[in-house]
Amino acid sequence: MPAKFSFAFPKPLTRRVLLASSLAAVVVIPVALFGLLVLYLPLIQAEAFHAFVREALHRDPSTWAGTQWVYGAALLVAGILLFTFASVSGGIFSWYERRVAGRIQSRIGPNRVGAGGFFQWVADAVKLLFKEDLVPAEADSLLFRAAPYFVVAGMTLTLVALPFGQSVIVADLNVGIFYILAVTSLIVVGILLSGWSSNSKWALFGGMRSAAQVISYEVPSGLAIMTPVLMAGTLSTQGIIRAQGGWPWEWFVARNPAAFLAFFILFISQLAEANRTPFDLPEAESELVAGYMSEYSGFRFALYFLVEWANLWIISAVAVSLFLGGWQIPGVTGQDWTALRGAGALPRVSWWFWQLLSVGVFATKTMVLVTIVIWLRWTLPRIRVDQMMNLCWKYLVPGGFAAMLFTLLWEIAVARVKHLETVSGLVLFVLFVYALYRFFKQTRENISLVVGDHVDLTNW
Amino acid sequence: MSKLVLRRIDRNNEEMLVNFGPQHPSTHGVLNFLVETDGEVMRRAIPDIGYLHRSLEKIGEIVGYPGYMPYTDRIDYLAAMFANEGYAIAVEKLIKVLVPPRAQYLRAVSCELNRIASHLVSIGTMATDIGAVTPLVYALREREAINDLVEALCGARLTYNYHRIGGVAFDAPAGWRDGVLKFLDRFDSLLQEWDRLITWNEIYLKRLGGVAVISREQAIDYGLVGPNLRGSGVDWDVRRDVPYGAYPDFKFDVPVGRGWAGTVGDAFDRYYVRVLEMAQSSRIVRQALEKLPEGEYMAKVPRKIKPEASEVMSRVESARGEMAYYVVSDGTERAYRVRARTGSFLAMGIIEDISGGLMIADLIALIASLDVVAPETDR
Repeated sequence: MPAKFSFAFPKPLTRRVLLASSLAAVVVIPVALFGLLVLYLPLIQAEAFHAFVREALHRDPSTWAGTQWVYGAALLVAGILLFTFASVSGGIFSWYERRVAGRIQSRIGPNRVGAGGFFQWVADAVKLLFKEDLVPAEADSLLFRAAPYFVVAGMTLTLVALPFGQSVIVADLNVGIFYILAVTSLIVVGILLSGWSSNSKWALFGGMRSAAQVISYEVPSGLAIMTPVLMAGTLSTQGIIRAQGGWPWEWFVARNPAAFLAFFILFISQLAEANRTPFDLPEAESELVAGYMSEYSGFRFALYFLVEWANLWIISAVAVSLFLGGWQIPGVTGQDWTALRGAGALPRVSWWFWQLLSVGVFATKTMVLVTIVIWLRWTLPRIRVDQMMNLCWKYLVPGGFAAMLFTLLWEIAVARVKHLETVSGLVLFVLFVYALYRFFKQTRENISLVVGDHVDLTNW
Repeated sequence: MSKLVLRRIDRNNEEMLVNFGPQHPSTHGVLNFLVETDGEVMRRAIPDIGYLHRSLEKIGEIVGYPGYMPYTDRIDYLAAMFANEGYAIAVEKLIKVLVPPRAQYLRAVSCELNRIASHLVSIGTMATDIGAVTPLVYALREREAINDLVEALCGARLTYNYHRIGGVAFDAPAGWRDGVLKFLDRFDSLLQEWDRLITWNEIYLKRLGGVAVISREQAIDYGLVGPNLRGSGVDWDVRRDVPYGAYPDFKFDVPVGRGWAGTVGDAFDRYYVRVLEMAQSSRIVRQALEKLPEGEYMAKVPRKIKPEASEVMSRVESARGEMAYYVVSDGTERAYRVRARTGSFLAMGIIEDISGGLMIADLIALIASLDVVAPETDR
């Protein structure tokens, strides 16, 4: 006789196992993801890879024809690693966002699947995978099926030039930030395609809005990126980070008043490019039903959401790399890194720990920004299409130009006046600390006035 | 019906015709708008009603006078107390019954609590429609507290069926008064929190200020009622100007649109009038509970209600504005005609006129600010 399916509350043992496994997953998944990246990616850097070809394969890397093939295979593994990173981090962010939103909205959020509902993202992903992949009869079937892959490609390609740590990057392109700008545009191609091919009026609205929005906001974000590029004198993401320091007053955001402005312009533009509130016009639920993804279901629908949450990491990581010092550990300079690595073909063991530390610094800064983006989403209303265009062309674009021109003059001044950047950095840092102090004071005051919060968090 | 509407649309131009609803997330129920748009800008939005028609007025002619009371709940499921009260007052006029003072006060308390609950849903969904999801959860949380109180009073949380011809169904249970006062203490500070949460948010002001302006004259011409009328700057409230029930005993202000976000009669005025009205409702409930008289809560009403042939009309100030019942009796146990005049139906009428030149996002602000509830439009 088959066992009856029971809806009863799980037994204490089952609950303990669930709790232990999900807590283990909370710890293990990020460590494993970042650990694999730290272990693998430094090995495919040009220097280390050439040493590997020379010493392990006994060939001359510059003349041996197989170098390209071996390098290609290594990159394939890196690609799989990065895609896994994007998928899993996207999933975890979906859980994280829902928990944060729950607390903001004075409720608990998902808490059924695993401890703290941690496995909710797995459950949701599995559910979506098993759903019917519906293609509307009137839709342009080929384009409709293809559109999500453009979006995913745009997101994943970005990770190639995006740093994770001092040597933890797939390829330190000399046009890195320019490359990131370029491949991000693939996302809008996918959104436009899905809007058009769905043959639904709401989807078309969403697609058109998205095209207008993303293309417009690429202008101010491109201009804002020019500021750190001018300050560092390079387009390479690693180069820009190397030009900054570990302490907050050594970051680009503080070293130049115009960079402070440019940081906010970039941050706002990236919110718009990633379709996050207050710029979630393309998928505005209360206006366009679900915007460009109205007609999608199942796996393809899941892809759009995967990209939305993986984008959280990407936009935050770009802002951190360009303005907030990236992976720089306070007090560790470029010479220190060379010294730590040692002269051998393979770096010293202690060097790996420093790499892990740099990844930790980078991830912490990025997570702070991710939290701010989530926080904004659950706080702000949505702006209107014309207001969105106004903000872009009347304020952000002129602001971006002004920041760029000011940076040009500033760099000339820096070359002539000693310690100008240090003074600016310290002043802006002190101002920032003061603003933070005011913020926390105001928050404490607000919390003392709040009457309504009565969430029972015992059942977290 | 839809064919009638479609015939009015010129199909030979470049504009796109979009069906806004009846399954659209921001139509709050089953409303349909046929929207002619040129890109994001609408030429007009034609409301197409009838998706929730349940012959509520016709039922009034089929069931007896007391039996119709539960059906009135369904006319406005967010503010069922007022629909109850309006019908009860009409029939009381018809059979010439005087309602005892305690029942009058309990009616006022239950109605004002219901007004708060209804306005909370209205302003919460308005914030959600503008894109801020969080305030709705806060509003619904407070509404749950009111629902608990009303449940303690009459056993129902949505369709109350609390008012009866000649009084109310139940007396307030022991300790209920303290529970309401405790809730109101918290609620008054919640209103301040609400202002910080969303009302004076810059984006919110920009989205609602100067949008979908209804002038004073237009509001009167279209017969708008309640907060929609007051939002346009017309100082008119049935509770104060044509008092009924216990309302002459209470002191309260009638908030009127002042153009807080720029223009008098814009979507923000209609929204903020509702927020201020909640504070006034809280004031009324406090006064009523303070002076709550002892005594009967139900008048002596004959078991069989068989009024003489006549016609009466009653008016109450519902959460959606003036609600009027017109009841005609032909001397039998059943009404010859029951007619309910509701605010949402009138508010739907103005949408076509106002919507020309607005953007699609503004149409949502307009519908939300008019606080249209679907069953009120189709009876």
